[in-house]
Amino acid sequence: MEQTVVKFYQTGTFTVGNRLLKPDQRSVQANTERNNSLNSGHRACQGCGEALGARYAIDAAMKATHGQLIAANATGCLEVFSTPYPETSWQMPWIHSLFGNTAAVATGIAAAMRVKGRSDVRVVAQGGDGGTTDIGFGCLSGMFERNDDVLYICYDNEAYMNTGVQRSSATPPAARTATTMPVGPHPGNVFGQGKNMPQLAMAHEIPYVATATVADLRDLEYKVTKAMSIRGARYIHIFVPCPLGWGAASHDTIRLARLATESGIFPVFEAERGEVTGSSKIRRRVPIEDYLKPQKRFAHLFGKDPDTVTIARLQAMADRNIRRYGLIDEEK
Amino acid sequence: MLEQCEGSHAVAKAVALSRPEVICAYPISPQTHIVEGLGAMVKSGALTRCEFINVESEFAALSVAIGASAAGARAYTATASQGLLFMAEAVYNASGLGLPIVMTVANRAIGAPINIWNDHTDSMSMRDAGWLQIFAETNQEALDLHIQAFKIAEELSLPVMVCMDGFILTHAYERVDMPDQAQVDKFLPPYEPRQVLDPNDPVTIGAMVGPEAFTEVRYLAHAKQMQALELMPHIAEEFKKVFGRDSGGLIKPYRLDDADTIVIALGSVLGTIKDTVDDLRNEGVKIGVLGITSFRPFPIEAIRDATENAKRIVVIEKCFAVGIGGIVSRDVRSAVQNRQQSVLTVVAGLGGRPITKASLHKLLIDTVADKLEQLTFLDLNWEVVNRVLDREKHLRRSGPIAEGILRDIGSVSSGIA
Repeated sequence: MEQTVVKFYQTGTFTVGNRLLKPDQRSVQANTERNNSLNSGHRACQGCGEALGARYAIDAAMKATHGQLIAANATGCLEVFSTPYPETSWQMPWIHSLFGNTAAVATGIAAAMRVKGRSDVRVVAQGGDGGTTDIGFGCLSGMFERNDDVLYICYDNEAYMNTGVQRSSATPPAARTATTMPVGPHPGNVFGQGKNMPQLAMAHEIPYVATATVADLRDLEYKVTKAMSIRGARYIHIFVPCPLGWGAASHDTIRLARLATESGIFPVFEAERGEVTGSSKIRRRVPIEDYLKPQKRFAHLFGKDPDTVTIARLQAMADRNIRRYGLIDEEK
Repeated sequence: MLEQCEGSHAVAKAVALSRPEVICAYPISPQTHIVEGLGAMVKSGALTRCEFINVESEFAALSVAIGASAAGARAYTATASQGLLFMAEAVYNASGLGLPIVMTVANRAIGAPINIWNDHTDSMSMRDAGWLQIFAETNQEALDLHIQAFKIAEELSLPVMVCMDGFILTHAYERVDMPDQAQVDKFLPPYEPRQVLDPNDPVTIGAMVGPEAFTEVRYLAHAKQMQALELMPHIAEEFKKVFGRDSGGLIKPYRLDDADTIVIALGSVLGTIKDTVDDLRNEGVKIGVLGITSFRPFPIEAIRDATENAKRIVVIEKCFAVGIGGIVSRDVRSAVQNRQQSVLTVVAGLGGRPITKASLHKLLIDTVADKLEQLTFLDLNWEVVNRVLDREKHLRRSGPIAEGILRDIGSVSSGIA
């Protein structure tokens, strides 16, 4: 989706070639003058994908709005690790109200800015997958439906991590959580449940919906920047691996996010007014096992007697995403 | 200017005159006419510089108000009954954050059984939520209290709930003296927030607070309500100077001089009680009335002083704490503790049951004769109650209680003899 002709990836690697670009074309994170909206010193776990995703997204939004940005934050890891009094990490006006009302709080802030004639001040709401797809869904759907001028960002780590890794409606099938135990004839989370939140956002026909991961900084920044160029309700769903909750190594956060996209299990795309307008192509397709194996939450699928049936079902989900979002060009 | 209008309309106009900047609306009887009125004023252009937002739930209504208030806007919403319960988490949050939102509660019963009529169970359920709660006796007072509420809320940086009896006030057409914009502007200055989400002076609001500071934060919430006890009479005086009438304050004494018996109540029932007390006075009974305007903060000193010479106090309340008894009367008891006075609880008017002069007259005669029990349910139909108890004794599957009673009484009864 990047419009520039520069080839970002060096041959055989996934290293983004920022240095090949002119300084003004480089990523927001590459700039030492960036806002550092979520400043260092917070209490996130080592390798936290959500902390990374939030910093990437909010710094990009701050740049796009020339620092005229207010954030509303749902209860959850991001809120808890960033604010224990008096050590707030937020270098921006920031409010946390409740778990389930973040989109509505953001609506109120946007209304206040409108009534005060401050069209330059923009509003971002953010929460985890539980705060978005479950408890905050009503308020989020209301904000979408009214087309309020709010960018809502969901940092999706696929479970309630703050309370100790319980299942959410974003938890994938077969995954072990504290409430989808890896026991019995069908260990882990069940198949056939869960919400596809980006599709639900698209069903509201809001101006802009996008997905992104922490593995592709430039794509994430591009989408946040694009979202801030649009008025009305916008939704960005960012895939953020959780080393603690997934039972993965802290140094594997970026790798897992990349494997999620390269396997097709997490499709990266954007949509306008309910229609998909583009998707990030898979450069080197990997089997779903490559994504599952480094995560202890899927460990019960492997071992001496691998659960090939379940693995095949997960592979089928990835294959469906590849077809549905055109993640691999047919001719190749 | 005098006008004849519905209570909801009077409140809508009072709120509009207070120059709200964000209004969130969600329908629930009996408050709906208020936000409908405001919505029409915004849409027609009669109320400018105001955002009227139709939300998807009461939880969202108060949450939008929280966001708007934190961003420096004067925010208003209205609710009742189940709606207040549905927003309960946000009710505590708004006061915890110290946001001066004004909310009308058109008092209504809580189900089950579902009931749309008036009592005070809804706002009483939020009595410990950190909001100021002020109760209107008449539509004029409801109008006046809303204008005062914005001022009180913003001076203290605390939210205020203006409670008015659903239907009895909200849907009653009465004469009110409607102030003009210049008067309200003179009384109520623009909102100057103590804390605001401002990109040019960024703050964090709603941080995680642990044991090291939580007690102090909570104590300050109490201290602010204690400040309100000083502030509210002062604001009522200011109000009188500008608008020329008594409204607001903490308590409303009526014929208390030499009263042996004092009736305490909140809201519109005070009118009927005063009429009954007038009759009793004519019969030579030494009885008076004390209306409570400010239920939170609870004016302990003022009530203690006003009831000093009474032999007995009877609290007539439209709510009760299941499993123990009165709610208001317990607070009254704490105001008069260590005194040789009996404080009796009368639960009345639940789910809209009319509180008639006839019933009150008999009740108060019994009270004066010291024949009243500690806890009385006014006009309770013992025959109906005993039938249910009897049925439950004899039948394991005795069925749903409310539906059984409806079947027993045979027809929908208004309760007015």
